[in-house]
Amino acid sequence: MSIRIAVGQGSCGIAAGAAKVFAALEQQLAGSAVSLGTVGCIGMCWLEPIVDLYEDNRLAARLVRICPDDAARIAEAARTGDLSGIAGLTISAEDSRFLEQQTRIALRNCGIIDPNSLESARAAGGYAALEAVLTGKGMTPEEVIACIKVSGLAGRGGAGFPTWFKWNAARQSPGDEKYLICNADEGDPGAFMDRAVIESDPHTLIEGMLIGAYAIGAKEAVVYVRAEYPLAIRRLSHAIDEAKAAGLIGQHILGTDFSCEFRIKAGAGAFVCGEETALIESLEGQRGMPRLKPPFPAAAGYWQKPSNINNVETFANVAWIIQHGGEAFAAMGTEGSKGTKVFALTGKIQRSGLVEIPMGMTLREVIFGIGGGVRDGRQFKAVQLGGPSGGCVPAELLDTVIDYKELSATGAIMGSGGMVVMDDTTCMVSMAKFFLDFTAKESCGKCVHCRIGTKRMQEILDRIVSGDGKPEDLDLLEELCLAVRDGALCGLGQTAPNPVLTALRYFRPEFEAHTAVEKRCPAHACAALLQYEIDAEKCRGCTACARKCPVGAIAGNVRQPHTIDKNQCIRCGACFAACRFDAVSRL
Amino acid sequence: MENQSARAKSDLSLLAPVLAEYAPQKGSLITILQHAQDIYGYLPADVLFHIAEQTGTTPAKVMGVATFYTQFRFQPVGKYLIQLCDGTACHVNGSAQIAEAIRQHLHIENGGTTADGLFSLNIVACLGCCSLSPVMTVNDDSYGALTPEKAVAILDGLRAKEAAV
Repeated sequence: MSIRIAVGQGSCGIAAGAAKVFAALEQQLAGSAVSLGTVGCIGMCWLEPIVDLYEDNRLAARLVRICPDDAARIAEAARTGDLSGIAGLTISAEDSRFLEQQTRIALRNCGIIDPNSLESARAAGGYAALEAVLTGKGMTPEEVIACIKVSGLAGRGGAGFPTWFKWNAARQSPGDEKYLICNADEGDPGAFMDRAVIESDPHTLIEGMLIGAYAIGAKEAVVYVRAEYPLAIRRLSHAIDEAKAAGLIGQHILGTDFSCEFRIKAGAGAFVCGEETALIESLEGQRGMPRLKPPFPAAAGYWQKPSNINNVETFANVAWIIQHGGEAFAAMGTEGSKGTKVFALTGKIQRSGLVEIPMGMTLREVIFGIGGGVRDGRQFKAVQLGGPSGGCVPAELLDTVIDYKELSATGAIMGSGGMVVMDDTTCMVSMAKFFLDFTAKESCGKCVHCRIGTKRMQEILDRIVSGDGKPEDLDLLEELCLAVRDGALCGLGQTAPNPVLTALRYFRPEFEAHTAVEKRCPAHACAALLQYEIDAEKCRGCTACARKCPVGAIAGNVRQPHTIDKNQCIRCGACFAACRFDAVSRL
Repeated sequence: MENQSARAKSDLSLLAPVLAEYAPQKGSLITILQHAQDIYGYLPADVLFHIAEQTGTTPAKVMGVATFYTQFRFQPVGKYLIQLCDGTACHVNGSAQIAEAIRQHLHIENGGTTADGLFSLNIVACLGCCSLSPVMTVNDDSYGALTPEKAVAILDGLRAKEAAV
């Protein structure tokens, strides 16, 4: 029996210490026959670093929250085959259910194969779909597009536009010079599935893109990756080199007439470049400002040539669909939304990580069933979907089904799959401001509604969280939201009001508390609206708060109840944090 | 820091291989700027003028592109560049408190550099490590599950390492 050890080394795992664990294991295993390898991200981020032990190709043990000190024990177990010594490190049955409840297509190889090895990808079925398309009986480009049409695959970047339709439009566009582009400019705060796919299974992306390039008739493919993802760029460029050497990229792929070159272009940090025409401008070396549509990229895109742009997760589904048939993909999901979707479950959640589930599950099933609900025993308040273009869905809508239409009906969107859970300590007004700060900063400035509208909205929200809001501000805010939504040029501006609109729709009393005469923040999050008081009954006169107060606003003698001078208080909360007797209260 | 004063002339020959490769390829301006920033640590004005001249465009165009993207800097940065994430997940998990602790500890504002040239602070949008929030990176290393105390300890550790050299 041979044991193989695999250390999960995606960016998250490495940040949690996986590289140090790997180095320690390497040292412990020196001279032994046990093989040690790297895999990407399995998506159970709250358990990182994760070390998997395989007996032949069967997972024998999944060890979680490993530190370098555990290496000796793990190495010993791997050498002897006696796993009893590491039983205490093994994942709990409850945590295992996180994966068991998922259906993985886009993430099918993530955390299982070695992202730096073409051989490992091929052993897991990599490039089999490409072979099926190009060699033997093969498929015509029209047949590929028909298969994707049957699958019902829609753009996973957020818009949810049918993939086959875009492919077909690019295919039908006249001209020999066409481009296939992958949008890996994952800029939504709170979404990281594209990074995980590239870091963990880059060949799936390449294969999906090659099939797409074949379908539309492109001879050149470009991946536009965020500069903030250095590891993804490294792994993808290594994968491209390996695929090129194996004749899977370049001229006469697999000995056929199909040729396609690959290129990576690192973005330079601009959220608006997630919009496809802005991305094209950026690819051409310009400021990433969106173009007026039409013409759509399928007619005149990169260098004014027919171009097709899809997101990473969309491409990651393609090879699976070709291999299993469009019907198998369409068998999952709802009437209007087929297949699976990956979500990045984060925020105040027990189990945070990547979740891939068939469309049609409810938000409750994902957040409470898979994610284990809110952590620290607090109350669920809302879940933010779709990042700065999306919105907050409140507790009473937790039974909403995950489906493009159903989610849009709540005012949020499916988006790229960010799912940030918020508890009762999150202030919805300051959350709305957080997103507006983001979109106002990221507005490219091309159209007036977005450039100036988001700025004015930001000013109103600023006023409200600083305690200077007026009741009539809420109507003004709403009016501005609708004007920006209707008047902005591109998706960034049109959706920028969503976080504010949904917050106003579901949490209006919270806004009203901020703007009412007494100016209160019910979540106790807006520092300017808080007042601190010391409960004389509970205060022991330990002086801890008085010593911490940076402005000397707390008076009192030792072992006597202290008091706060509200005129001097700067509301920093230092006393609240310092008190060990729960005597300081926030109002 | 003397050699980085505004009057200093950058060594433009360092950029020659980059320009030789990319200047003839259309649409490569951003790539050239990225390489230039890798070489000089930031984008000095004379380098921007040189790129404009060598790529046959105007300095205004080069400046327009460079200022559009958050990756590009026009001032030298400290030896350790702290990028503190303020994405949604980090935000709800308290990145503001971490930012405050770093600001107070290093006496710098967002975008600033410490007087000894050791640390620069940049508050950035999502770094994509949401499940470890709050997160910061210092040069190429990521640190997750931060608390104000932990962040300060990490910076002190780096400072101690520098003092020991």
